[in-house]
Amino acid sequence: MATGSGSEGTIKIAIASGKGGTGKTLISTNLAWVAREDDPRVVYLDCDVEEPNGHLFLKGEVERSRVVNRLVPEINNERCDGCSICSDFCAFNALATLKESTLVFPELCHSCGGCALVCPNDAIVEVEHPVGTVRMRKVGELATIDGIVNIGVSSVTPVIQAVKQSIPAGSIALLDASPGTACPAVETLKDCDFVLLITEPTPFGLNDFQLSVELLRELKVPFAAMINRVGVGDNRVHDYCQSEGIQVLAELPNDRRIAEVYSRGELITEGLPEYRAVFERLYAMLLDRCPQNGMAMEKSNGTM
Amino acid sequence: MKLAFSTGGTTPDAPLDPRFGRASAFLVLDLETKEFDLIDNGQSVGAAQGAGIQAAQRLVRADVKGLVTGHCGPKAFQVLNSAGIDVYYSNAGTIREALEDFENGKLSLSSGADVRGHWS
Amino acid sequence: MKQVVIISGKGGTGKTSLTASFARLAEHVICADCDVDASDLHLLLTPQETVRYPFVSGYQAVVDPDLCDGCGICETVCRFDAIHLVPGTNGDGIQAKATTSCEGCGVCIHLCPQQAIQADDRRCGEWMVSTTRIGTMVHARLQPGGENSGKLVTTVRNHASKLAEEQGVEMVLVDGPPGVGCPVIAAITGTDLVVVVTEPTVSGVHDLERVLALAGHFEVPVMVCTNKWDLNPGMTEQIEKVAIHAGAQVAGRIRYDAEVTIAQMEQLTAIEWNSPSSGDIRLVWQAIEERVSALPVSPGG
Repeated sequence: MATGSGSEGTIKIAIASGKGGTGKTLISTNLAWVAREDDPRVVYLDCDVEEPNGHLFLKGEVERSRVVNRLVPEINNERCDGCSICSDFCAFNALATLKESTLVFPELCHSCGGCALVCPNDAIVEVEHPVGTVRMRKVGELATIDGIVNIGVSSVTPVIQAVKQSIPAGSIALLDASPGTACPAVETLKDCDFVLLITEPTPFGLNDFQLSVELLRELKVPFAAMINRVGVGDNRVHDYCQSEGIQVLAELPNDRRIAEVYSRGELITEGLPEYRAVFERLYAMLLDRCPQNGMAMEKSNGTM
Repeated sequence: MKLAFSTGGTTPDAPLDPRFGRASAFLVLDLETKEFDLIDNGQSVGAAQGAGIQAAQRLVRADVKGLVTGHCGPKAFQVLNSAGIDVYYSNAGTIREALEDFENGKLSLSSGADVRGHWS
Repeated sequence: MKQVVIISGKGGTGKTSLTASFARLAEHVICADCDVDASDLHLLLTPQETVRYPFVSGYQAVVDPDLCDGCGICETVCRFDAIHLVPGTNGDGIQAKATTSCEGCGVCIHLCPQQAIQADDRRCGEWMVSTTRIGTMVHARLQPGGENSGKLVTTVRNHASKLAEEQGVEMVLVDGPPGVGCPVIAAITGTDLVVVVTEPTVSGVHDLERVLALAGHFEVPVMVCTNKWDLNPGMTEQIEKVAIHAGAQVAGRIRYDAEVTIAQMEQLTAIEWNSPSSGDIRLVWQAIEERVSALPVSPGG
């Protein structure tokens, strides 16, 4: 149903990419880490609930976790007469009617409520069923939130929604989105204030970047680009951005040392401190592009 | 007793389809009279999810007592099992060969799904 | 005919570049691009499209504006926030309109007092058959926001196999989808061999373990090759141990090679470009071919 956190004053900035492996997790974890040092409002969210990898870089014990539930039907088999109206209605094949009873397959259910509505015998009630977990960690001063969907659950949407609803009021949330342009990416991006699209200057990078641009224009979410591994390919991504009026807010060079530090599960802003400034500037530029950021960059230390 | 075979064809000489949920049809043979019927499963072939669950219900409605197929996932198996339909796995080429194996007692009654579901 | 599926768990390991190189090295092959969410194989194989088909999966509610009287019941009952009252198209009154968030459950259709809503096939993308310099290719494109249910993967794979049978081609090479979800399961069920392309990073190892567990469930033979192995030789060894422990075979190592991107810009495979890593790729492919020729003949052909 309604999505995202309605918390007043919350700003959601997503870091997204058209394909995996462009450096989305590298950039979002380092950005969150550096931004938190100057701005206590920053929280990191991993919305890639099928493969949450952010915790491999922002390492901390899970402090709190919460089970995510969704509504699924429960059959009162004393009332069920096996009429099969519910299983015929279900568009997702989540119900199977036998002679005088009905089986439920919660993993396939989309929680539409239709079966309870059409049952002529009042034999169906909706009950909560777990589909995943939201986990909260503290990594130094930085609060991180991620979600992980239970294996076997077909729809990841409720877990992404639960992660987004966990954003504390007044935060600036940096969201690591699922790659691609399919429904999990849409669920993460659709109500964000701003999106930073990560790409690389290669033909594959350009192709997948163009698909993401198409999607964000359709969703009417403002966005800008960041180009990773500059020097590896050519200028076609830069040229495309220029001709389409897409701002390039930051770049990272094709530095083999970055790949090596990343391969060990370390933050590059720790392992290669010369890159800190890139992320500090990037955060300031992102904040400038969120119109409701009335507070601007407040160097606050009053909340300690 | 009625026995169902997953298939893409229409006669006992047609190949046995190793898939259950997404087989295009089931040939249902009455073991006493040797007469056969065909149940269309085309709707499940194109189902986005839950094809096996849907197909299993078709067999329940047809009053089938046993199924011979190549593979069966856990959800479909649960439906078949709950409805008291016996499942036999076979890698025979045709329905006729599978039936011979069944009649000679070469197919053993399975106690569970032999493939993982699409989601597990 | 044998089906070999190349998968990677996480994205960005070089899976597609390697698939294209393998296709170049194979004598007779049909390529199936099942990485439908971020399909890139066409950028290397420059296909000439011959046919295109729409891909439909599931349903979507469609409101007939002539029958809708704007009562708003559908908007109230929809659990997906997917149907809204909007100003009528011909300027009079308000009417319901379904959005792309519609999951096709049918509740609004059931409750509409005017019977103004119908279920239509939901178009999620399209799939194509093309010719390339390497052979026939079957590929697809998912609409932005579309649901990759695994059905599109199955459609592409099955059509590639059918063409291989018709053309007497011995091998179908599948560029598989990332992750461990339904599309991957659809890509590996019933194939002859899975080749996992991984890289020596913490994310790579993390995702490799999940992919190996998945392939193990399906009892498909698995080979693992480590791309950019020299980025972290210690971790490469660890990956190979993990692979052997899981019952997979090591297909080999491929060095970090910046020229692969240059080849990509020229729309060529690393083999055609004679890139520094091409020798490594040849060795890996040799190992794969040896494994394939040792496989038993599958019953269904």
